[in-house]
Amino acid sequence: MAEWKMICRVEDVPRLGSRVVKSAAGDIAVFRTSTDEVFALRDACPHKGGPLSQGLVHGTQVTCPLHGWRLHLDSGEAVAPDVGCARRYSSKVEGGAVFLEI
Amino acid sequence: MSKPRLVMVGNGMAGVRTLEELLKIAPNLYDVTVFGAEPHPNYNRILLSPVLAGEMTIRDIILNDHDWYEGNGIRLHLGNAVTRIDRVQRRVIATDGTEAPYDRLLLATGSNPFILPIPGNDLPGVISYRDIKDTDEMIETAKRYRHAVVIGGGLLGLEAANGLRLRGMDVTVVHVAPWLLERQLDETAGKMLQKSLEDRGLKFLLQKQTEMLIAGESGRVAAVRFKDGMQIAADLVVMAVGIRPNTALAEAAGIYCNRGIVVNDTMQTYDPKVYAVGECVAHRGTVYGLVAPLFEQGKVAANHLANFGIGRYAGSVTSTKLKVTGIDLFSAGNFTGGSDTEEIVLNDAAGGVYKKLVIKDNKLVGGVLYGDTADGPWYFQLLRDGQDIHEIRDHLLFGQAHVGDVGHQGHSKAAAMADGAEVCGCNGVSKGTIVKAIKEHGLFTLDGIRKYTKASSSCGSCTGLCEQILSATIGGAYTPAASNKKPVCACTDHSHQEVRDTIREHRLVRIADIMHFMEWKTPDGCDKCRPALNYYLISTWPKEAKDDPRSRLINERAHANIQKDGTYSVVPRMWGGLTTPDELRRIADVAEKYQVPTIKVTGGQRIDLLGIKKKDLIDVWRDLDMPSGHAYGKSIRTVKTCVGLEHCRFGTQLAMSMGVKLEKMLFDMYAPHKVKLAVSGCPRNCAEAGIKDVGVIGVDSGYEIYVGGNGGIKTEVAQFFAKVKNDEEVMEYTGAFLQLYREEGFYLERTCHYLARVGLDYAKSKVVEDEENRKALHGRLLDALKDAKDPWKERIAGVERQEYEPLSV
Ligand code: SRM
Ligand SMILES: Cc1cc2nc3c(=O)[nH]c(=O)nc-3n(C[C@H](O)[C@H](O)[C@H](O)COP(=O)(O)OP(=O)(O)OC[C@H]3O[C@@H](n4cnc5c(N)ncnc54)[C@H](O)[C@@H]3O)c2cc1C
Ligand code: SF4
Ligand code: FES
Repeated sequence: MAEWKMICRVEDVPRLGSRVVKSAAGDIAVFRTSTDEVFALRDACPHKGGPLSQGLVHGTQVTCPLHGWRLHLDSGEAVAPDVGCARRYSSKVEGGAVFLEI
Repeated sequence: MSKPRLVMVGNGMAGVRTLEELLKIAPNLYDVTVFGAEPHPNYNRILLSPVLAGEMTIRDIILNDHDWYEGNGIRLHLGNAVTRIDRVQRRVIATDGTEAPYDRLLLATGSNPFILPIPGNDLPGVISYRDIKDTDEMIETAKRYRHAVVIGGGLLGLEAANGLRLRGMDVTVVHVAPWLLERQLDETAGKMLQKSLEDRGLKFLLQKQTEMLIAGESGRVAAVRFKDGMQIAADLVVMAVGIRPNTALAEAAGIYCNRGIVVNDTMQTYDPKVYAVGECVAHRGTVYGLVAPLFEQGKVAANHLANFGIGRYAGSVTSTKLKVTGIDLFSAGNFTGGSDTEEIVLNDAAGGVYKKLVIKDNKLVGGVLYGDTADGPWYFQLLRDGQDIHEIRDHLLFGQAHVGDVGHQGHSKAAAMADGAEVCGCNGVSKGTIVKAIKEHGLFTLDGIRKYTKASSSCGSCTGLCEQILSATIGGAYTPAASNKKPVCACTDHSHQEVRDTIREHRLVRIADIMHFMEWKTPDGCDKCRPALNYYLISTWPKEAKDDPRSRLINERAHANIQKDGTYSVVPRMWGGLTTPDELRRIADVAEKYQVPTIKVTGGQRIDLLGIKKKDLIDVWRDLDMPSGHAYGKSIRTVKTCVGLEHCRFGTQLAMSMGVKLEKMLFDMYAPHKVKLAVSGCPRNCAEAGIKDVGVIGVDSGYEIYVGGNGGIKTEVAQFFAKVKNDEEVMEYTGAFLQLYREEGFYLERTCHYLARVGLDYAKSKVVEDEENRKALHGRLLDALKDAKDPWKERIAGVERQEYEPLSV
């Protein structure tokens, strides 16, 4: 059963940056946008498994560090013309803390 | 409050492109209504030729289907021409009586084919070639009749004739001039073209004037008679003798017209509420008949309709290409020349290749290519850039070897490639895939190809091939942008040059300020523009601007190279390729301690430890206790050296010591792209100085300095820059040259690309010939690097610690 787990404070994730979270389910990438929204995806690009946590965040997208695919942070879907999807985890910010549903 | 109303008359290529541009920058500004005289949604008129030739169908060439209009809330009236504009009450009235009020009106009525004023011009079977209806009629006629006569040997006429011939008709082209395409080609090329079209079964009657068209018994056209009395059979006559801007509607409404609807640089007519774009307008006295300029006009009009008011249309230079599969023909600019121009000509009649370049004041002003048009886009780019070509003049005619660099099985001509042949070696994209995407999505730009197929979006070595495929598929509709005008990325219309200038002029020191000031279209840019902006800031304001790690790609953020499996490689600096037993011992210890899977000697004379986990990086750096090698950065990489006078029996200069001095001077220097140097002790050049950004070669009397070499995607031999006397001068000239590149280069431009853009002579004038400026440049470099820090040491001390530490649940 998935449950909400506290991960860190919002400021632990840099704006327009990300952190990787080690979990029993594998690595999860947590992203923070310029407007302080927080998103989480499995840390593996649908293209060739690149670690998305090492990508560059812009708007609500991340560009994979390996070959430059772009993924939507809110859905995990690749931006056309690429096709693929990274698993998305629900996330929320409460009282300045980041929670993931895992 | 209700939205202002925009009404567009003419649902063709220029008008709809304007709407697309407008929707991109101001999606919800207007309530839009469109009237189109034709019963079809917007289609790609220029592809009517491949449709006629049986290479495509009408369905393939629709650019915007009904869903597009609906999805964007556009009210569409098809098959309903506007008959009157009421400028007093600001409304238009259409054939069926529909009225539409406007706040802004956009006229895009295109042009009408010119019909020769001769007897019989209205007989059944006499048509022009402009739209789907004409094309359908030709296709139908070809099924039932035999003799076709095309009047007009211009681009349109020849494409029509070729299509009809392919559909089985017996086709004669009648032309008044002494050779074909007299407005695009000189006589030699025109005759070569005629020959190859004759080989395909077309017949030609040149210098013939048509007197009348004669009806047969059925009332349909049956023959064409010429002024000299000759007469030939004709079941179909296609008039392709030119077009006239469609100004009737505007004229009737009292809008000033001369050759076309007269517009200013913001595409407004004399009535500022009325805009006009496309073939119907006359801008600075010129009427255009190709889509590339019309698209530029559309962009400016959209910019104004969106109330941005910054775009200006300043006219276009056009190029043309004949879209007859298998015939390669390209022309641009002024190719007939004059008393003040020079010509370079290659004429290989047997091989079917003809090339003529026209040069004026060391600039390319025009050209004709027949048989081998591979370099057309490149020449056109040189022409638009107005680049000084005297340095490359002796090999100009042989073209840009750039096209088809390594990794394309040696292919250098798109036309010769099979559909299955790989064009983009990085993304595995074949020629067929690119052609299909161009057709299906109606692409007109290299960016479009990148977006839909990914070709040319990685290492870029296939860019030339992609450009060729594009121009072969859509003809003159493709025009490469002048290189200093190309937008940085899709987030902005501004070019690298404009961004650099603005940062300097307006003293911008933060990325967010640039984006705000220059009206970026996205909230915080993308992975293309942010790293560029970050570099421009730190190179322009080394003291004031703060580096933004979040605007650096992973390698530069982590100070190591990411590998395919997500681990990293570590390349410590070995000054000039020199090392010590102690360093080697530490490297060995680190390799054992962190179980480094691979240790490799790099091509840059140092050692690479591959496969290190990110969380171990800082510990590895601490244990190595060596400076960062910046193998990950758009920065100084290596200074390769040979053993030099220190040991070598041929050495004339102390190459190792010179190399180490240079490398120390440049430590931690960021640049538009990576920078590699080499120093050889004598002209045998064992350090390969001839393919480095700066290559230094020792000679008995001092050193020779070479710049702009590159050993990567495209091998580029460095060019001689200066001869100097001693080590100090090597440092000064090298430092000054690199500082010039740092201050003026566009992001991701290596020194060879920078020099190709500005010219070697320019760089010499700033560095070699101007001592004061050289010293100033060198001084600014030293000043910027004065407080250079070793990024690894900083991180060992705790900077950006978060980057390396995972979180856990
Ligand atoms: C390690 C090394 C190969 C080796 O095992 O020898 C190497 C490895 C990489 N090269 Fe290289 N290049 C290496 C020497 C070269 C050389 C030879 C040289 O420097 O003498 C060249 C041609 C010379 C030149 O640059 O002019 C070279 C031309 C390239 C290019 C094409 C550059 C170009 O302008 O055409 C790229 C792509 C790029 O930079 O955009 C590239 C990119 C790369 C990257 C960094 C790809 C990347 O962005 O991740 C590779 C990292 C691999 C990895 O997994 O860590 N590498 N690369 C060499 C490191 C040298 C060093 O000590 O720093
Ligand atoms: C067969 C062919 C091949 C071509 N090949 C090339 C090529 O290779 N490269 C190139 O650059 N160019 C080529 N062209 C030229 C190119 O197609 C034109 O330059 C371009 O289509 C002009 O765009 P436009 O919007 O100004 O006019 P159009 O595309 O003609 O659009 C104008 C539209 O307005 C409609 N209209 C007119 N009056 C009214 C009215 N009162 N009310 C409502 N609607 C009205 C017309 O019916 C028409 O649909 C070719 C043209 C043809 C016919
Ligand atoms: S090391 Fe260089 S040549 Fe080798 S695969 Fe990587 S980028 Fe290509
Ligand atoms: S693994 Fe992400 S783009 Fe290739």
